Amino acid sequence: MAESKKHRKKDTGTTEAAPQRDTSSAVPARLAVLKTYKLYVGGAFPRSESGRSYSVTSSDGAHLANAALASRKDARDAVLAARKAFGGWSARTAYNRGQILYRVAEVLEGRRAQFEADLVDADGVSADEAARLVSAAIDRWVYYAGWTDKIAQVAGGSNPVSGPYYNHSAPEPTGVVAVVAPPQGPLLGLVSVLAPIIAGGNTAIVVASERAPLAAVTLGEVLATSDLPGGVVNILTGRVAELAPPLAGHADVNALDLTGAGDLAAELEEAAAATLKRVLRPRAEEDWFADPGLSRVTPFLETKTVWHPIGV
Amino acid sequence: MPDTALASATTASNTSLRAYLHGLPGVDEVGARARAADLSTRSIKTTAKAEAIDLAIRMVDLTTLEGADTAGKVRALAGKAKHPDPADPSVPRVAAVCVYSDLVAVAVEALAGSGVGVASVATAFPSGRAPLEAKLIDTRRAVADGAGEIDMVIDRGAFLSGDYVKVHDEIVAVKEACGSAHLKVILETGELVTYDNVRRASWLAMHAGADFIKTSTGKVAPAATLPVTLIMLEAVRDFRAATGRQIGVKPAGGIRTTKDAIKNLVLVNETAGSDWLDPAWFRLGASSLLNDLLMQRTKLTTGTYSGPDYYTLD
Amino acid sequence: MSDKIFEYAPAPESRAVVSIRPEYGLFIDGAFTEPTEQRITSVNPADEEELAQVSVASDADVDRAVAAARRAFERVWGPMAPAERGKYLFRISRIIQERARELAVLESLDNGKPIKETRDVDIPLVAAHFFYYAGWADKLAHAGFGPDPRPLGVAAQVIPWNFPLLMLAWKIAPALAGGNTVVLKPAETTPLTALVFAEICQEAGLPPGVVNIVTGAGETGRALVAHPGTDKVAFTGSTEVGREIARTVAGTDKRVTLELGGKGANIVYDDAAVDQAVEGVVTGIFFNQGHVCCAGSRLLLQESIAEEFLERLKARISRLRLGDPLDKNTDIGAINSAAQLARIQELARAGDDEGVERWSPACPLPDRGFWFAPTLFTGATQANRVAREEIFGPVLSVLTFRTPEEAVEKANNTPYGLSAGVWTEKGSRMLWTANRLRAGVVWSNTFNKFDPASPFGGYKESGYGREGGRHGLEGYLNG
Repeated sequence: MAESKKHRKKDTGTTEAAPQRDTSSAVPARLAVLKTYKLYVGGAFPRSESGRSYSVTSSDGAHLANAALASRKDARDAVLAARKAFGGWSARTAYNRGQILYRVAEVLEGRRAQFEADLVDADGVSADEAARLVSAAIDRWVYYAGWTDKIAQVAGGSNPVSGPYYNHSAPEPTGVVAVVAPPQGPLLGLVSVLAPIIAGGNTAIVVASERAPLAAVTLGEVLATSDLPGGVVNILTGRVAELAPPLAGHADVNALDLTGAGDLAAELEEAAAATLKRVLRPRAEEDWFADPGLSRVTPFLETKTVWHPIGV
Repeated sequence: MPDTALASATTASNTSLRAYLHGLPGVDEVGARARAADLSTRSIKTTAKAEAIDLAIRMVDLTTLEGADTAGKVRALAGKAKHPDPADPSVPRVAAVCVYSDLVAVAVEALAGSGVGVASVATAFPSGRAPLEAKLIDTRRAVADGAGEIDMVIDRGAFLSGDYVKVHDEIVAVKEACGSAHLKVILETGELVTYDNVRRASWLAMHAGADFIKTSTGKVAPAATLPVTLIMLEAVRDFRAATGRQIGVKPAGGIRTTKDAIKNLVLVNETAGSDWLDPAWFRLGASSLLNDLLMQRTKLTTGTYSGPDYYTLD
Repeated sequence: MSDKIFEYAPAPESRAVVSIRPEYGLFIDGAFTEPTEQRITSVNPADEEELAQVSVASDADVDRAVAAARRAFERVWGPMAPAERGKYLFRISRIIQERARELAVLESLDNGKPIKETRDVDIPLVAAHFFYYAGWADKLAHAGFGPDPRPLGVAAQVIPWNFPLLMLAWKIAPALAGGNTVVLKPAETTPLTALVFAEICQEAGLPPGVVNIVTGAGETGRALVAHPGTDKVAFTGSTEVGREIARTVAGTDKRVTLELGGKGANIVYDDAAVDQAVEGVVTGIFFNQGHVCCAGSRLLLQESIAEEFLERLKARISRLRLGDPLDKNTDIGAINSAAQLARIQELARAGDDEGVERWSPACPLPDRGFWFAPTLFTGATQANRVAREEIFGPVLSVLTFRTPEEAVEKANNTPYGLSAGVWTEKGSRMLWTANRLRAGVVWSNTFNKFDPASPFGGYKESGYGREGGRHGLEGYLNG
């Protein structure tokens, strides 16, 4: 069983990559089936409502595929989907969220060859480096799968107030988080920003790396087959400058992760001020291999403190 | 007087009576304490204090409930009740003298024509642990000797074991034995412990025919705490709103200072309302309180502090 | 017989414990400056009498204050052993306890809130807050923000007028415990206790520049928030100003915590402990004249008990004593300013215009000063302005619900998310409700309780970051 899986995955990798390099053959023995890269919104894979797409190229400029060029309306739909999914996802037990995040790791592991090939194409990294990046991405899901049911204990607790009151603080997810994924690190960078957000119980709209969005779309396929409810993660491909501003201004978005926003960050943060969104600013240097701790989890958590009298 | 008895279907079984009593709104202990504490920060000064002191004196049920009580002791107490401060005739008399049932006759004689009432504890005070027949004999004897007010104790054991029917029926029987005498029902809240119990016992007693509900015998600590009095004042307020019948409240035990008494009056004023600010509807069961009220009264009128040697110890 | 048997005679707290200077300078680098040219007048809102003339800090003054704070951070406060920093805070806490009466009276004079609140709530909490954070100063590594948390540097802090000294404590205590220095601007209408606090810093021997107090109005606040020399902005106040601040700091490296407005729902289920619920509703909206960001300004009543509950509530409200803030028996004091009074009146008129039923007890208002009677708007719907907008006054909007789901839905149906209340005797329903409320503080079977150990702050447009408790340190540390 395991062997046949491996075999199939390898096939997938070669058939998708092959046509790009093998165009000279006039009479192919078999024409490969190319994948249409679409958006991932509300658990489905729609094309952009705008009907637009754009050419995604490899690090050396070769055309890899067409990706959907999402519009403001796609962003709006993604917010709707994320909001709709929030109630259910945040109400899941932390254990259940952990199980699903772990499932993502499992499914990703099963498709690692495809991601490695994607990374080699997109970033021009060596096969070894691609393998290392994919491994780290898989392990990051495992890392956060283990966090889900510990966050509340670490970030919350009982408060010794002066009076006959039970007083307890616990973290809760902020809500709908819009993420501008880092342009570098199409898989590991993406997973590193996305996983902590949903581990905390938030739902997310991800603007994928504009330059290298294909891994994000393929990750959507992994998420769709990992028991993650539709709408918890929504992935948009296209122009950051087109998609991020409407998300930053959208009143039903509760927080922004601007890690990949680059020069747009200040403007997006300003737009976020209108509804007082929580904002995670881009940091100077990101080492995606470093232990992130809770540094990407707590920015998207609210602390709720509950009081109750103690009496008979 | 409106008929405020519970329907016989309700009093027929502990199950139905429990359903009724436990259907009353709960009391949050911390909130009730906080409210009582908040009201106890009221600052009653000058003219208001003078009025409050005289009102408190008029509300005192001057009490002696000792095994060592004698006719002489009761006569002395009666003298004090009529003229709390022999040196100052402007001091009003107290509401009543409260004694054991065997001393009622002595008190009645000593207080004849004074306007001071005679109250008698009865029903195997303070524990209430006697057969109903004995309690009724105790009551009838006190009434026959001239007691205008009977302070009975409820059967706390029955209440705590859920035998609400027994508690209820016993009050009904004692009320009947009282005839025209007023019945004060002592809940002994220190043994009921929870405020939920205080509220339920208050309603049970009121429905069973109590004219007054009283906190304590004075023999169990804690006795009349402010939160307990607050709960009982809420009960009489709500009972009147629900049935039209006004019931009195008597905190007893532990009220020793003018400050304590005034805190009680503030509770009355801001909980049940001014309709209860009258000896007919609110009493303070106490013994040592009276002298402190007198001392504070003197301080207010003379501006100098007095000392215990200047007040009679009767 | 007994209608007026028990009228409480006036019981005013003495003003003699307070000495107010006719004019105040700014407190910069450990000393008061000469009063500036430009002044604001702080008045007693209860009688509109002038209390003092207070300086208005210019951009240059703010500059000097920030520079002083920076110097103090780099040369004294930063390098100081954390345990010693803590000892200064302990000392400040003790001096506040010693001068509690004076501070309480002054706060009532300047703010208009009843002396029983400044005496029993504000000032004790101020002392407790400093005492609490004093103990953190040398234990920051245990706070959960990394093994070696560092201070941010200079904090710019702007506070409101509703709890003047308490908000100062919420800002300054955690900042100093974390090793930061501060420049704080008190509210335009309530600067006096902050200026006495400056004296307390001197009395405590706090090194110059660690705490700087710059008084003034909005312009001074803007200058402070926008000053490039600060590392942190902490603000408590309106959501409008909060937005402006968030815009101002966008794109900078400054850390921000904002504690903003609210429209808290107080949910009363049909099984509530009714007397305590009535008290909680009253405390929820009439505490501090309703000038409370976390006020329970929307009462959500289960329809089955609504009528009876309202009757009880009205009876209780009728007993509230409105008047002289310095009278120890006053429950409701003065509205803090003419401007705030106008805002309350405007929103109340909107309630009238929208046809919401308005009720107030018979409540004579003093002739002078700024006053507003406790007010209910019954039969309000989610669509009414009085049920949506923060009134920040003694005005309660009453709505009804049928099921727990509906209660939660209505409670959460607001851009705010600061506080909420739940009243039920059923534990599981309390927890169910508390879990679903999108609010930073949920008071169940109680309301408006505060404690230095308890984190406070909002969801959504009520701001971000927490003040109080271990959580309150996070906004002042780099992990």
